[in-house]
Amino acid sequence: MSSTHTVPLKIYFGVFIALCVLTGVTVWTAKHDYGALNTPVALAIAGLKASLVILFFMHVKYSSKLTQLFAFAGFFWLVLLLVFTLQDFMTRGMLPTYVFKH
Amino acid sequence: MSDHAHSTVGLAHHFDDLEQQKESGTLGMWAFLITEVLFFGGLFGAYAVYRSSYPDAFMRASAQLDVNLGGINTIVLIVSSLTMALAVYAAQKGSKGGIIAGLVGTWVFGAAFLVVKYFEYKHKWEHHLIPGPNFLFPDAHGVGQHGTPEQLYFALYFAMTGMHAFHMIIGLVILVWMMKKARRGDFTVHNYALVENFGLYWHFVDIVWIFLFPLLYLIGAHSGTPGAPH
Amino acid sequence: MSSTVLSPSAKASPSSPEGERKTFLNADYGWKSWLFTVDHKRIAVLYLISIMVFFLIGGTFALLMRAELLTAKGDLFEAETYNKLFTMHGVVMIFFFLVPSIPAVLGNFLVPIMVGTKDLAFPKINLLSWYIYIVGGAATLFVAITGGIDTGWTFYAPYSSTYANTNVAGTAVAVFITGFSSILTGLNFIVTIHKMRAPGMTWFRMPLFLWAQYATSLIMVLGTPVLAITIVLLGLERVFHIGIFDPALGGDPVLFQHLFWFYSHPAVYIMILPGMGVISEIIACFSKKRMFGYHFIAFSSLAIAIFGFVVWGHHMFVSGQSAYASFVFSFLTMLVAIPSAVKVFNWTATLYKGQVSLETPMLYALGFIGLFTIGGLTGVFLAVMGLDRHVHDTYFVVAHFHYVMVGGMVMAFMGGMHFWWSKMFGRKYPEWIAQFSSVVVFVGFNFTFFPQFLLGYMGMPRRYHQYNAEFEVLNVLSSAGASILGTGFLMTICYFIWSLKWGQVAERNPWGAKGLEWERAPSPPPTFNFEDGERIVVTEDAYAYTHEEPHGGSLQEARK
Ligand SMILES: [Cu+2]
Repeated sequence: MSSTHTVPLKIYFGVFIALCVLTGVTVWTAKHDYGALNTPVALAIAGLKASLVILFFMHVKYSSKLTQLFAFAGFFWLVLLLVFTLQDFMTRGMLPTYVFKH
Repeated sequence: MSDHAHSTVGLAHHFDDLEQQKESGTLGMWAFLITEVLFFGGLFGAYAVYRSSYPDAFMRASAQLDVNLGGINTIVLIVSSLTMALAVYAAQKGSKGGIIAGLVGTWVFGAAFLVVKYFEYKHKWEHHLIPGPNFLFPDAHGVGQHGTPEQLYFALYFAMTGMHAFHMIIGLVILVWMMKKARRGDFTVHNYALVENFGLYWHFVDIVWIFLFPLLYLIGAHSGTPGAPH
Repeated sequence: MSSTVLSPSAKASPSSPEGERKTFLNADYGWKSWLFTVDHKRIAVLYLISIMVFFLIGGTFALLMRAELLTAKGDLFEAETYNKLFTMHGVVMIFFFLVPSIPAVLGNFLVPIMVGTKDLAFPKINLLSWYIYIVGGAATLFVAITGGIDTGWTFYAPYSSTYANTNVAGTAVAVFITGFSSILTGLNFIVTIHKMRAPGMTWFRMPLFLWAQYATSLIMVLGTPVLAITIVLLGLERVFHIGIFDPALGGDPVLFQHLFWFYSHPAVYIMILPGMGVISEIIACFSKKRMFGYHFIAFSSLAIAIFGFVVWGHHMFVSGQSAYASFVFSFLTMLVAIPSAVKVFNWTATLYKGQVSLETPMLYALGFIGLFTIGGLTGVFLAVMGLDRHVHDTYFVVAHFHYVMVGGMVMAFMGGMHFWWSKMFGRKYPEWIAQFSSVVVFVGFNFTFFPQFLLGYMGMPRRYHQYNAEFEVLNVLSSAGASILGTGFLMTICYFIWSLKWGQVAERNPWGAKGLEWERAPSPPPTFNFEDGERIVVTEDAYAYTHEEPHGGSLQEARK
């Protein structure tokens, strides 16, 4: 039976320390201004932290392909929602709208 | 077929064996988490739209939050995620005491998070930062103004952190129930799916906060605006 | 888990007559054995009864509207009352009939049997979903009785959030609650189809009904939560006035439309995909042929479920959405027509040279193909931005989605109910009267909704209780059609109920159909679906109809 995979304790503690360090890093980077990169940097660090939680605390690294697919699908659909909503708000006024001439 | 299949304690009538039951439970939990991702996703969508529409107002409003409290809470929640992971580890090893210790730790740190959150909310209440007719946001001269775009930030702040806190409260209730079950010895090496699936839920709640922290607390941190007014 | 405690078979019922076979219907008696059941078949029956109640309520609202529209003057109801009627009609029909109809009734009944197992993966959650549905439905009825709601079923902000004087908050709560019942149903189906398939039941041996249910469940799980959170935001806006959809406070009502349609366009596929699954089963059975292009139909269900999520902006061409976004959504909408067309082509190809027989389910299936094609193609018209500007918010749109929802989904539901009725209740409905009433329904439907295409194209706007006199003739036709349609539905309900007691007792496989539910399960099935101790092992593909061996003869015998 392979569904029970015990993750060694040192991985749990390693992930924990990494999460704490990354929390510090995200606060530190937030105090500096990178212009347009501020939000991408913050999201990249948050994404990294979330990936650590998903892969190790939630065992997705050791799970079946199906579980991995499900874990991925949720975030993929979230991206669909965000991208297709923002493609409206980000492009308001970019193309000429209809001009009626008589 | 594993030797576990012979153990039928806790096996529901419609499953062939415990492995099928456990896999079904895990998959169901993941499907549920997908719904949770999209449930919060609507809020993140609203956040993205309004943050892009009012970047400066969002920075000014964000500067009203206390980065230290938010940071402490982030660490508190990470600790509770660790203790939850350890509870699952203990369950895999069949250590009853380990499960209980892990669950209690998770509960304590989860509750600590909510206590901090309570003081943060109280602070907003006292400073008229609750969206609605009483909302006042100080303009450049320190005079409180109604209905400014900063209100949208706080509407999302309360919707997102409130929904997050609601999930934590549910989690704390379930934790108490699980502690009782653990003390009764309901969880065995072959039958600990509940601990594992609850762990997935708890880690998910942690992940939501991992995104909320930078998006809500840190976007104004570089602007030099002092922290929350006292 | 101790769900066996609640299972109907746990207590053997001594009261059943000697020698009578144990079925899920007579396994236990009394209201408790129904309200606390965890048997998927009993829950399906509970759902059937409750959605029929809501169908009749929603239908009554529709008939009242058609009565008002019989004349050009607004003489029967106040404008406000009429607004409430069309809103309640939409809310009840969509959230309480169309969305749960096929999944919660036929899906609940058939999914475990078709995959060859005893029950859904989570029987208690299945029961919970019905209770949630009932609570949400009761809340809706409470709103309807205490004044109703007049925003239209789409609850557009800022009218709903700021200006409406009707019970928006109550309806929001009701719809929010009901959403969880469909999430739980979808979750249960997904896990059941992944994990509970019998040995040998590979993905590509599954009946197409299961593929359709799986795709539908994906949409339920991925889309419904977004509707839920949108409704939460709407409620917060309405109660606390936080500004999130209020332009006066910097909010953007178009955001509401985005979030709303992220669910509600895919919800159209929640309503039509299960119907397509039913049609595939019926077409194969009454053509006595292997399904033409099985893989194409299976994958087209998934394609519809996935691509259906990125077309929602076609509802917003005149909302102030950016021209670029409208262009993208318009283009993607036309693409999503392809998988639907694939299905229609494959069904018609299956009919070709099949041994087609025209019993009632097949009549409904053929009706579905024609009406759905009209509904789908007019949808492509509406995806064209220029044309949409002309017919937006007219009866053209109303006719379009009724051709999809009623002409598609309701026809499929009726076809499916006739097809599996004998399996569910062990009795046959009277065939000739059913054939007759299916024709009545078809005629009534077209009389009701085809004139609305013309009205819309002529420019009659939707959602008004009075109209210009030049539209009167077509409106009279439409109202007359509605009464014919209503008669057809009532006839059906009557003979179905009649057949429960007086219908001819059905054998196991009256249609000579392929599939586990016909070949391996008795009519009606016992609590655990198959004969005691029988472990289903699947050895052949779905629809293994052998063309050489004429099933027509045995079918004729079976019908005697
Ligand atoms: Cu649509």
